[in-house]
Amino acid sequence: MIARLLEGVPRRGLAALGALLLLLLVFPAFASGYLLSVGFLILHFAFVGQAWNIMMGFAGQLSLGHSLYVGLGAYAAAALYVHFGISPWIGLGASVGVAMIAGAVLGFLAFRFGVAGVYFAILTIAFAEFARIGFDHFSWVQGSSGFFLPVANYTTNDLWNLRGSPKMFYYLMLAMSVAAFVACHALLRSRMGYYWQAIRESPEAAQALGVNVFRYKMAAVVISAAMTSLAGVVFAFYYNNLFPEQIFHISRSIELILGPIIGGIGTLVGPLVGALLLTGLAEGMREAMLQLGVEVPGVKQVFYGICLLLVVMFLPHGVWPPLARHLGLERGAGRREER
Amino acid sequence: MSARLEVSAISKSFRGLRAVQGASFEVPAGSIVGLIGPNGAGKTTCFNMIAGVFPPDAGEVHLEGRRIDGWRPDQVCAAGVGRTFQIVKPFSGLTVLENVTVGALLRSNDVSSAQKRADEILEKLGLGPKRDLLASALTLPDRKRLEVARALATQPRLLLLDEVMAGLRPTECDQMVAVFRELNRAEGITILLIEHVMRAVMALAQRIVVLHHGEVIAQGTPEEVVRDPAVLESYLGEETEI
Repeated sequence: MIARLLEGVPRRGLAALGALLLLLLVFPAFASGYLLSVGFLILHFAFVGQAWNIMMGFAGQLSLGHSLYVGLGAYAAAALYVHFGISPWIGLGASVGVAMIAGAVLGFLAFRFGVAGVYFAILTIAFAEFARIGFDHFSWVQGSSGFFLPVANYTTNDLWNLRGSPKMFYYLMLAMSVAAFVACHALLRSRMGYYWQAIRESPEAAQALGVNVFRYKMAAVVISAAMTSLAGVVFAFYYNNLFPEQIFHISRSIELILGPIIGGIGTLVGPLVGALLLTGLAEGMREAMLQLGVEVPGVKQVFYGICLLLVVMFLPHGVWPPLARHLGLERGAGRREER
Repeated sequence: MSARLEVSAISKSFRGLRAVQGASFEVPAGSIVGLIGPNGAGKTTCFNMIAGVFPPDAGEVHLEGRRIDGWRPDQVCAAGVGRTFQIVKPFSGLTVLENVTVGALLRSNDVSSAQKRADEILEKLGLGPKRDLLASALTLPDRKRLEVARALATQPRLLLLDEVMAGLRPTECDQMVAVFRELNRAEGITILLIEHVMRAVMALAQRIVVLHHGEVIAQGTPEEVVRDPAVLESYLGEETEI
């Protein structure tokens, strides 16, 4: 199994990944509280970016409403915890279930009735907006006034109830990101992965080769939704407050896809590189400006805009593919090279 | 000979334009049949109805006795029909090997055995040395070969070839002809091909069906068809050299 996963992955790539993992593992020992929260954010975006990438990067279905699954996952687990004291580890089953159902309904409507391309993207936005407005009036989770988890100053880490220090959350997110990376790597090399890529490149040709396009597109949406909802669970227990206006907002959907776009759509390493670059640089810049005593509201958004602009202009396939070529790590790192 | 494919009186209109009108023909098992006719005669429309891209407005298509009209393309493919596209549709971002592996995965769950099979097919079609190139890097003749390789990877019993010789040089064309002959002889694959390159059609086809304005105007052996006055008038013309 493991031998099979490693097959064809260049040694140097493996070594680089190992080194990165080691760095991420020891990072909390040196990081301040602030840096640790930046680290958590980077991993969070790497994880959701990876999940989004399954739909867009692998199967070619553009979702601009992934905040829907983050939000559903967050609310489901948080509500079960607050109302019934159910551990998030059990609650995440509900999160995943709800997200999968939402994804399946969306996918069914779109793919059964031939909604594709831009129209599909608009449909994903509509679903997220629908959830945002719906949750604003959902009194079981306090509607628009926000849903709060009990915060206590825990000196011990209670992993079972996800109550603990940022360090615990950092390591949890790290474990999830590693798992997502490995899972996506395995998916990409499975029959499903081949079929997804075939659908992305040409649905007609894929269908002529016996691929049930509807079924595999559905699978992409449902798997992506399930993964994304897990990030929502952690999000809820990390921040302890949920507002429909924030968590389901389209700006969240956009924010989470910037990483994979800048890193490299369809690549395995892209979402990670993108999250590192974007979140790392944006937070670093904000911090540097604070040190200098300048505070400009919205500077992060402007920075995101500039990054996106530069990447689209000069690296249309993202930062990772050309970087991988320079480092000689092309194969096994996941590809979508220059056309 | 039993019929592998039986097309009975199929018709198709696009917004009032009658592309195919009551076309009927048979493809006997183990044979090679050519479908010829001038541009716009409805050849590709026929293919699309057989392959399940769209259902015929009227008429029936039977594959080995089973009615398949109205099936989805993936169902038709799974039933044993491989097709190529006249306007090639490679998976551009994937390598040549990956392209063919997608086809091979229809009959095998296991990626590595599918890859092995894909490799064999690439060798057969002379694409072996290009297996690791991206499909987008291929020349047009190679893309046509890739179309064939992908279709073959699904292990079809009936192969629909839509102008795979177009744009090939005569020697390349002869190579392809040899490949199809071999596939037909050694593996018993039945072939229905749309072709404008008469050199290839005459060399391959045991029977020829001629379409004109969506109707079958002649069918028979190549020798019969090329002497048919209606065919000469509508398609081949006087000066055709065979």
